[in-house]
Amino acid sequence: MTHDLTRWSAARLADALGRREISAVEVTQAHLDRTAAVDGAVHSYLHVDTRGALEQAKAVDDARTSGAELHVMAGVPVAVKDVVATQGLPTTCGSRILAGWVPPYDATLVSKLRAAGMPILGKTNMDEFAMGSSTEHSAFGPSRNPWDLDRIPGGSGGGSSSVLASFQAPLAVGTDTGGSIRQPAAVTGTVGTKPTYGGVSRYGLVALASSLDQAGPCGRTVLDTAMLHAVIGGYDPRDSTSIHAPVPAVVRAAQSADVTGLRVGVVRQLTGEGYQPGVQARFDEAVALLVDAGAEVVEVDCPNFAYALAAYYLILPSEASSNLARFDAMRYGLRVLPEGIDDPSAEQVMAATREAGFGAEVKRRIILGTYALSSGYYDAYYGQAQKVRRLIADDFTRAFEAADVLVSPTAPTTAFRIGEKLDDPMAMYLNDVATIPANLAGIPGMSLPSGLADEDGLPTGFQILAPATHDDRLYAVGSALERQLVSRWGGRLLERIPELVPAGGSDDQHAGATMGMAR
Amino acid sequence: MTDLTAQQDVQAGDEVGSTIESAPQAVMSWQETVAAYDPVLGLEVHVELGTATKMFCGCPTAFGAEPNSQVCPVCLGLPGSLPVVNEIGVESAIRIGLALNCTIAPWCRFARKNYFYPDMPKNFQTSQYDEPIAFDGWLDVDLDDGTVYRVLIERAHMEEDTGKSLHVGGATGRIHGAEFSLVDYNRAGIPLIEIVTKPMTGAGERAPEIARAYVTAVRDLLRALGVSDVKMEQGSLRCDANVSLRQRTKKPEAQADVAFGTRTETKNVNSLRSVERAVRYEMTRHAAILAAGGSILQETRHWHEDTGVTTSGREKSDAEDYRYFPEPDLVPIAPTVQLVERLRTTLPEPPAARRRRLQATWGFSDLEMRDVLNAGAVELIEATVAAGGTPAGARKWWSGEIARRANVEGRELADMGVTPLDVAGLDGLVQEGRLNDSMARQVLDGVLAGEGDPRAVADARGLALVSDDGALAAAVDLVLAANPQLVDKIRAGKVQAAGALIGQVMKAMTGQADAAKVRALILDRVAQ
Repeated sequence: MTHDLTRWSAARLADALGRREISAVEVTQAHLDRTAAVDGAVHSYLHVDTRGALEQAKAVDDARTSGAELHVMAGVPVAVKDVVATQGLPTTCGSRILAGWVPPYDATLVSKLRAAGMPILGKTNMDEFAMGSSTEHSAFGPSRNPWDLDRIPGGSGGGSSSVLASFQAPLAVGTDTGGSIRQPAAVTGTVGTKPTYGGVSRYGLVALASSLDQAGPCGRTVLDTAMLHAVIGGYDPRDSTSIHAPVPAVVRAAQSADVTGLRVGVVRQLTGEGYQPGVQARFDEAVALLVDAGAEVVEVDCPNFAYALAAYYLILPSEASSNLARFDAMRYGLRVLPEGIDDPSAEQVMAATREAGFGAEVKRRIILGTYALSSGYYDAYYGQAQKVRRLIADDFTRAFEAADVLVSPTAPTTAFRIGEKLDDPMAMYLNDVATIPANLAGIPGMSLPSGLADEDGLPTGFQILAPATHDDRLYAVGSALERQLVSRWGGRLLERIPELVPAGGSDDQHAGATMGMAR
Repeated sequence: MTDLTAQQDVQAGDEVGSTIESAPQAVMSWQETVAAYDPVLGLEVHVELGTATKMFCGCPTAFGAEPNSQVCPVCLGLPGSLPVVNEIGVESAIRIGLALNCTIAPWCRFARKNYFYPDMPKNFQTSQYDEPIAFDGWLDVDLDDGTVYRVLIERAHMEEDTGKSLHVGGATGRIHGAEFSLVDYNRAGIPLIEIVTKPMTGAGERAPEIARAYVTAVRDLLRALGVSDVKMEQGSLRCDANVSLRQRTKKPEAQADVAFGTRTETKNVNSLRSVERAVRYEMTRHAAILAAGGSILQETRHWHEDTGVTTSGREKSDAEDYRYFPEPDLVPIAPTVQLVERLRTTLPEPPAARRRRLQATWGFSDLEMRDVLNAGAVELIEATVAAGGTPAGARKWWSGEIARRANVEGRELADMGVTPLDVAGLDGLVQEGRLNDSMARQVLDGVLAGEGDPRAVADARGLALVSDDGALAAAVDLVLAANPQLVDKIRAGKVQAAGALIGQVMKAMTGQADAAKVRALILDRVAQ
C-alpha cells in the first residue's frame, strides 16, 4: 500500500488515527499539500481553510494524546459543499450575490462534523445555488473532471466529486436536489448517497427547493460513504422535516455486503433508449454481478417516470423563486446601486443587485417559478406537478412491492465536455432523468462506479434506490457490487485515473493530465 | 414611538403605487350618507400573541427592546435557516378559534405569501392561505342600547409579523421624502393571529358603533383568554377596516339583493375610538364620491388620528399576486381531537355570561353596568375589587373620573398610569373618611403625576379631612356670628340658606372638611 495518505480510504485513515499510527495534522497537511499541487487545474475548492483545518486537526491530536475518547472519524478531514453554512467560513453557493458572506452560524451537519472531530478542509465549488449538472454555472468558474480536465465533473456538486477523484479529500459533503450528489459521483468514478428526505438535517443548507433538497455523503468507497452518512445523519429539532428516528445501520450494511435473496428491480423506464452504449453495457454487467453475489433480478415498471422531469422543473423553480427572494441586498451579500438613478428606492436597489448578482440559469429558474406560481397558472403548473409527484411516489410504492431495491444507470452518459451543453438547457436537464424521481418521492439513492465506458474510457455510474428510511439497503447492495467489481478489476477504479500534473502555470497541463488513458 | 407605529402597515408597492393627496377629500353629511347608502363592513383584526418566543424560532418577543437585539438566523431569514412552529402559538390559535365558536381544522398548513419588502427578511411571509386553523365562527357583540349584534367570523389564521421600518427625514415620517430607512427586525417572526369577519350587513347607521363594539369584544375576549396584552397603541392589536357602500333600497327586505360596492381597506387604526371614527369617515367619503357619480378606487387607506381623515396608501386589487404555495419547510398542523377538547376546557367564561355574573355580584343597575361596559372598565373594576376596593367605589372612579380623563386625552383606560391597586387605595381613603371627593381627585392628580400611591400622595400633599371637631366648631361659630341674617333665615325655615354658610366654612377650612359634617354642625348650632 502507498504511503501517500491522500490515497488512503477514510476507513483506513480512521483506523490508523485510532491506533495513533498517524496524526490528524499529518493527514490534514497531506491533503492541503495535494490541494496546493493540483487544485489550480481542477478547481474543486472555492475556499480552502488551511488554518482552520490544521487547528481542528491539532485539537484532535491533543485530545487523543490526553487520552480522551474520540469519535471513530476524529481526525479524518472532509470537504463541504459551499451551499452549507459554516460559521466563520465563506459560504457563497457559487453565486456572486453571496460573495464574501460569512455565516454567523453552522449548519447542523457541520456542527456534527465538528463534534466528531473531522477537520473541514474547505468549501467546494458548485453550480450557482445548485442549479446545474456541470458546475459550469458557478459564478467562480467550473470545476474540472480529474479523469479529463476538459470535461465536467458533474453538478451541481462537481466540487465535491472532483475533490475526491483528485485525492484532495477522502470525504466530502454534497447536496442532492435532483441528482447533484449522484450524477457527479457517476461521472468521476466516486460514490455518493442522497439519503431519505429528512435523513440529514437541512438546517444550514441554503435552500434551492426545500421539498427536494437533501444533504448527503460522498466518498471513494461505499464503506467510507456510509461512515460519513452515520456522522451527518439523524434527527434535528431545528428541521421540521427531519425524520424522528435513528440513522439506519448504514455502516453495518456496508460491512456485511449481504445481498443473498435480495430482489433487485431493474426500472424499465430508466434503461435502454437514450443511454450511452458504454453506460448501458457497464450497467448490464453490474446487474449480472449482483446475481453472482446472490441477488435475484426482476424488471419493474414505473410508467409515470415519463413525467418526472416536467414535474421537477415546475416544483423546483417554484420553490426556488421563493427561497431565493431573500437575496435582496438589504441585510447581507452583494449590494449594487442602479446606474443613472440619483436616489434609488429599496426596490430599485433590490432589482439592480439581483440583476447583477444572479447568473443566467438562476434567473431562468426564478422566472419559470414565478410564472408557475402565479394566480391563474398555479393549478395548471404547480398543482399538476404535485399530482404527478404523487403518481411517481405511487410508482415507487408498487415497484418496491416487487423488489427490495431498484437499480438503473445513474446518468445517461459519461462526463460531457465543458461548454458542450451550456447553450442547451434541455440537454443539461435530461442528464438528471434517472436521478430526479428519487427526489420527487423522497426516497434514498446511491451512485457508485460501474466501470469505464468503452467508447470514451470515462467512468459510468450505477444507481441504487431503496424505500424511504431503508438507506441501509443501498450500502449492502453497493458494497456487494463494489466487492465484485474491485475483484474483477483487480483494484479500485480510481487507481486507473491519470496522474494530474501539479499546477505550475504550465499551459499544457491539461494535455499532461489527460494523457495515456485507456480502458 | 408614534413614528414607528404610523409605519407598521406600509407594505410593498407603497412607494410606487401611492399618491399623496394634497387636499382633504369631500365628504357627505352623516345623515345624508346613511339615508342614501347601506354600508357593508369587514374587519380584520391582527393580534400579536403573548408567547415568550417567536412563532418560528426561540427569540424573545418583549416589546421595546434595543432594535435588532431579539433576532437570530431564523427570524432574520439568513440563508439556510429553517422555521420550527411554536406549539404554544398553535395552541393559542386554537383557543382563539374555539372562543370565536369556530370549527378547528383537523389538518392545515402554513403557506408562503410572496412579496418583496425590506422589513420582511425572507421576502415572503409565512402565513396561512386556503387552510386556516379555525373557520366559520361567530361572536355576539353587545351594543350601547343593550341589543346584541352577531358578527360572523370567516376565519382565524396564524402568521408571523414583519419587521418594522423607520423612515428618517422628510416631513411625514412616511417613506415618501424620507432620506433613508432603518429596519428593526425584533418584531419579525412574532406570532400573529388574523381574525377575519364575514361581510357584516344590516348594520346601517350603526356600522361605526358595531365596528367599535366588535373590536372591543374581540379585545376583551383575547384578554380573557390571556393570549395577548392586546395593546392597540403598541400594535399588539391592530385593526384593518374594510368599508363599502351600496345604494339603499326602498324596501329593507330588498337590500340583501343589491351587490356589494367596491371596498377600501383602512389601516393604521390604532385605538377603539379610531375604529368607529375611521368607519364613519370612510362611509361619508365613499358617499360623496358615489353621489357625484364617481367610483371607489379599491385601495389601502391610512387613518390619521390627528386630522380624522384617511389618505390613499397603495392601490390594491384582487389581481395582486402573492403567489401563495404551501410552506415546504414546515410539516402540516394536525391537532388531535383530544388536544382540541383539552384546550376547550381552558376557555374562560364567555364574556356575556361573565358580565351577567359580575353585575349581580357587584349589585350594579343595568344603566350602571352599561356605563362600565362602555368605559371598557369591567376588568379594571374586577381587579380593583380584588385589590380591596368597593364595587361602587371602583365603578365611580373607573367609569367616572378616570374615564372622563381618558376620553379627553384619547387614551385607553388601562394606560392612564393608574392601577387597580391605586384605585382601591383611593377608594379606601374615601371609605375611611380621610378624603372627600374633591380631595380624592387631587390625590388622583398626584398619582397620575407619578408622585406615588394614593396614601403617599395624600400624605405628601397634606390632604385629609379635619377630624378635630374643636377647630371645625370654631370655624362654624365664626361664620354664624358674621352672618346673623342668614341664621335668621334658616331659623325661619329656609334651610337652603345653609348652603352659603357651608361654602364659607369650607373656604375657611381650605377645603379640608367633610361638607356633610359641616352642614350638620351648622343646623345643630342654629337650632340651639
